[in-house]
Amino acid sequence: MDIALFGQYLINGLMLGVIYGLVAVGFTLFFGVLDVIKFSHGDVLTVGAFTAFATYLALKSGQIASPWLQLVAMSIAAMAAMALLGALIARYLVLPLRGAPALNTLLITLMLGTVLREGVRLLFPDGSNPKPFPRLLPADAFSFGALTLRVDTLILLFSGLAVIVVVNLIINRTKLGLAIRAVAQDGETAMTMGINFTAVVLATFAIGSAVAAIAGVMNGLYYNEINFAMGLLLGVFGFSAAVVGGLGNIYGAILGGFLFAGLQTVGAVALPFASAYKDVFALAALIAIMAWRPTGLIAEKTSERV
Amino acid sequence: MTAITDRRSPGPAVVFAAAATVYGILFLGAEKERALAALIVGAALAVWLAARFGLAEAVRASIGANETAFQAAAVAGVLIAALWFHDEHFVLLMMTTSLLLMVAALGLTVQFGYAGIVNFAGSAFVGIGCYTAAVVTKSAVLPSVFTLPLGGIMAALVGSILILPVLRTRGHYAALVTIAFGILFKTFIEVNDALGGPQGMSVGPLRLAGWSFNDPIRLGSFEASFYLAYLVVALALLALMFVLVRRLERSWIGLAMDAIRLDEIASACYGLDIARWKIVAFTLGNFLAGTAGALYGHVLGFIAPNNFTFGDSLILVSIVLLGGVGNPWGVAVAAAFVVILPEKFQIIQEYRFVLYAVLVILILLFRPEGLLPRRLRAYLPNAGSLR
Repeated sequence: MDIALFGQYLINGLMLGVIYGLVAVGFTLFFGVLDVIKFSHGDVLTVGAFTAFATYLALKSGQIASPWLQLVAMSIAAMAAMALLGALIARYLVLPLRGAPALNTLLITLMLGTVLREGVRLLFPDGSNPKPFPRLLPADAFSFGALTLRVDTLILLFSGLAVIVVVNLIINRTKLGLAIRAVAQDGETAMTMGINFTAVVLATFAIGSAVAAIAGVMNGLYYNEINFAMGLLLGVFGFSAAVVGGLGNIYGAILGGFLFAGLQTVGAVALPFASAYKDVFALAALIAIMAWRPTGLIAEKTSERV
Repeated sequence: MTAITDRRSPGPAVVFAAAATVYGILFLGAEKERALAALIVGAALAVWLAARFGLAEAVRASIGANETAFQAAAVAGVLIAALWFHDEHFVLLMMTTSLLLMVAALGLTVQFGYAGIVNFAGSAFVGIGCYTAAVVTKSAVLPSVFTLPLGGIMAALVGSILILPVLRTRGHYAALVTIAFGILFKTFIEVNDALGGPQGMSVGPLRLAGWSFNDPIRLGSFEASFYLAYLVVALALLALMFVLVRRLERSWIGLAMDAIRLDEIASACYGLDIARWKIVAFTLGNFLAGTAGALYGHVLGFIAPNNFTFGDSLILVSIVLLGGVGNPWGVAVAAAFVVILPEKFQIIQEYRFVLYAVLVILILLFRPEGLLPRRLRAYLPNAGSLR
């Protein structure tokens, strides 16, 4: 294979890996604090992308044309709105079901995902059709011999990695992060130490959902298109990435994200039959991994209490 | 008064079945949205009053004590309604669809309600049945009578790929496996040109001894829509599967599955083979979904990947949850509701996914056992009359 094509696939795979990793970080954070799966996460990403798009339309009609200003405003609006949405979901749908079987939380958030997805389709003007996401990043490109690197891709790649580093710093270096880790280890003990359990849970959901909003904006900027159903597959792959990396483990989530992106890229490049099967290949690989390692590659450390 | 106080009398059950039939005919025949709304409000009021004055309890006890009679009454009721609408294609199609959805949801009940395996790929297994029917009628090697069992067998076979991951994983992880499979199936048929790709495939009619089910029915002066024939087959299929599932539930196999769902470790300690019963439940459930799918393919005449999305799988799960997990009667009511309501209210059609999702969210928050919760197992033949 020639080097240019290989480079293109590599960049594409890395980009996908960062986006999956960002989604997986959310899943892993929520699982850490409450031991629940919030399946509406992918659709929160969609709503975040559409919030950013709506902000863009508003700014454009308000005669603000600077792309950087637009980008900052879009990201802030999407992150703030999704943080609020995430906290609301936690407060009114996830926390009330704490005593119920874990499956009920999965079901309720699956259904919420449907509500969000269909809500975008029905409420956004002409929401059934894909929307062109604006190109706001500089479109210059470098060439290294046969290899072409685009500036916007590099910016997206590095800002994605920066977000992961920031989330990691929040979790490991701040007081809030300490509280999150304490709740993740043992909610009741954390409460006896004076940690406000509900506040920490809401904050965790807000952080995870804001990260999903960033992933949504990045996805839009990279593919220049958003649609109401994009969150479903991203959610499934993000969840898979989190599971394969071991739920509750941030590094595992990022590892899983890159693994999945790798699988899809390999599926698109190396398989003898059509590259259209890349998702089929990645999903089949996921099912095989689950059969081989039922709690992910970095296994969950649990012992059954009877 | 004796008819009501004697809790084993079949009276209340038969009266209820007759009332439900009349109500069904009125509802299916109503055209104006105002009339439909009045019927819904009336039904809600009647249910509330019946519960308030103990009539619901009498009906329930009577059904419990005379289940065979009630099942026969229900079949008769559906047939009467079908004959009433014998020349209306659309109403018959709606009824057939709900009957087939009931069969598929019964399959999910065996998996989820009895053995505790959540299957988020229900519509994929229905789809396997549909595509089997399409391929069989297209190749014309086998007579199309075989499509029904073949659709079920194909679904069970394809499902057996998932047995290992489903058995080894639990909770969220198991859910992920079936979610991944559901999406995999839809993506696969979308990109597979042999199966028609995104455009889909047409399915030939069901044929029996040279007679095609797609021909209109004429018996002397009686003329009926061809859907009537499909409806009768769907009803027979549902009756067969319903009896099968009820028998299974009441047998020691059902008891074993209940035990495994409630506590795997305890049931393993009592010598139950967990893997065996989970495999039986999973395979049987997929078989049911596939059989229903094969007939559904014939009824629709044309199938496309978009009929088998993740959203449709969620609707199947919603039916099981709305009706009451593990209660076949609840599943039947919920399936009829889920199919017929959006068809009758055209405004809802566009919003149906949202509507069901919101309903399920409310059910999970406020009544997690469903609208018609499954009752405690009756260990003695007439235990229904003791409670």
